Amino acid sequence: MLQPGEWAYSDKLKEHFMNPKNILQGENTDDFDGVGMEGNLQCGDQMMVVIKVDKAHDIITDCQWKTYGCASAIASTSVLSEMVKGRTLDAAFHISPKEVALELGGLPDHKIHCSVLGDKALRAAINNYYTRNGEEDKVKKEQSKVICQCMSITDHDIEDAVLEGARTYFELQERTKCGTVCGQCKDETEVLLEKFKHIHFGA
Amino acid sequence: MADMKVYFDHNATTPIHPEVKKEMIAAMEMFGNPSSMHAYGREARANVEDARRKVADFIGAQEREIIFVGSGSEANNTVLSLFVCGTSQCIAGSKMRSTIITTKIEHPCVLETSECLAHRGVKVKYLDVDRYGKIDLDQLAGMLGDDVGLVSVMMANNEIGTLQDIETISGMVHASGAFMHTDAVQAVGKVPVDVRKLGVDFLTISAHKIYGPKGVGALFVKKGIPYCPLIRGGHQELGRRAGTENTLGILGLGKAVEMRMLEMPEEEERLLLLKQAMKTGIEERIEDIHFNGHPTEALASTLNVSFTGVEGEAILLYLDFEGIAVSTGSACASGSLDPSHVLLATGVDAELAHGSIRFSMGRESTMQEVDYLLEVLPPIIQRIRNMSTAYIKGGLHAATR
Repeated sequence: MLQPGEWAYSDKLKEHFMNPKNILQGENTDDFDGVGMEGNLQCGDQMMVVIKVDKAHDIITDCQWKTYGCASAIASTSVLSEMVKGRTLDAAFHISPKEVALELGGLPDHKIHCSVLGDKALRAAINNYYTRNGEEDKVKKEQSKVICQCMSITDHDIEDAVLEGARTYFELQERTKCGTVCGQCKDETEVLLEKFKHIHFGA
Repeated sequence: MADMKVYFDHNATTPIHPEVKKEMIAAMEMFGNPSSMHAYGREARANVEDARRKVADFIGAQEREIIFVGSGSEANNTVLSLFVCGTSQCIAGSKMRSTIITTKIEHPCVLETSECLAHRGVKVKYLDVDRYGKIDLDQLAGMLGDDVGLVSVMMANNEIGTLQDIETISGMVHASGAFMHTDAVQAVGKVPVDVRKLGVDFLTISAHKIYGPKGVGALFVKKGIPYCPLIRGGHQELGRRAGTENTLGILGLGKAVEMRMLEMPEEEERLLLLKQAMKTGIEERIEDIHFNGHPTEALASTLNVSFTGVEGEAILLYLDFEGIAVSTGSACASGSLDPSHVLLATGVDAELAHGSIRFSMGRESTMQEVDYLLEVLPPIIQRIRNMSTAYIKGGLHAATR
């Protein structure tokens, strides 16, 4: 008979879960140049990312974090903190959840959403750095576009629903109520659904 | 890596009892179809009926009242589905009494079947529970009426171990003219179960929760109670469940029940001591915890604890590394995004539901294992809290530290 696998996830994930890198020690974030926090405990995931920046070159020199969440959440924040060191703020800002998942040696589909908050928190920390340094013009707002006017559902809501498991138009409607009133947004929603499925799950 | 192996997940499933294993190995030679009239068939039939007698004896039923099924889930599906029949040919008056009452803390096989029945025209009402997981008898009284056909209340909850007063509930249900079902999968073999004393019309049993094999269970259907099979097309089980009998599984269930009868009486007291030691030990060693379930009217084997600011899957996996197997009510471990519906129903907030761990002990659990858990668990919780956002400056629980 088959023996149990060594671990429910990849070896890389296991390594980062067992020995997480760059955990912020203590509570003090005053020594850092940017602080970002996303998620909440009620939903089961919350992440905080803090960064130090080489101001002359806009390069991240240190990145530490705290995470409330499962093994995938802990490991993805840990691996993200390693990935961003030495990157420019601009490059770090564009790290996608998929890159994080790849770096971890892959995540099961239902765990992809666990890795999303880390890069969101990182972007919040970068924006926080810009704000603190009077560079508000550089703050990158994540621009969202309302797709379903009736229920005011944005492309971000649709992306979140895909990350949380929606794979069909029907499942998307179940989660977001998108297109449940006039239905005019169906075509645009279906294009976005395919796009996000492709971006996050390679489907 | 772990130097000790501890299995604290007996509510999920149990290891096969050595005596059951012996019985099943012997039963492998017995391949006859119990429906055949020749010697092979007669041998199988005799053994299946012997197992039926053991199961019936164990719960105070008659042999003809026991139907062998494929699982506890199948038994529950069967009972609930009795009340969906649009023609009411099998159960006279079921059209008039088309409401089902159940609770918010049932196993998903009851809740999801209820939801499906609701789509098919059955009215389903859900009983709330208090903070210990007990249903409110006044609320039940208010819901009962001449439109209610079936009430289904689980005897012992799988997640928090809380026991319901099935005897009283049955009395109320029968007074209103409805039938009473209890999912006793977690209760049978752990606390005394007598169907006459409980007064139930239907009762569900599963073999693999009591050191028997997976894939077999039993449904008690009281004599004279109307019935309609869920799986049709055969005369097996007196036409109540088609499909050639799972002789191997049925013999395993019979032996498992026999062993329970021998071992159960002394076990409860021993498990209570372990549970008390575990509870006190956790309380003394770890701050910011919350025990779930009823403090006294609960299974002796089950302890459910929530740890503030810590997510359950992380605890589960770190414990797994130390060789200890537990389960969690966290959403992350379930594949869904919602934490335990049972804990939410008891009013526990979502964060504590995400941070809940269920320790369920069994016949082989020892004080040594509890001591090992108490040694390993505190540093794990400390370690996870150290990386949790809950305790940072401005974090949700910062003030408590």
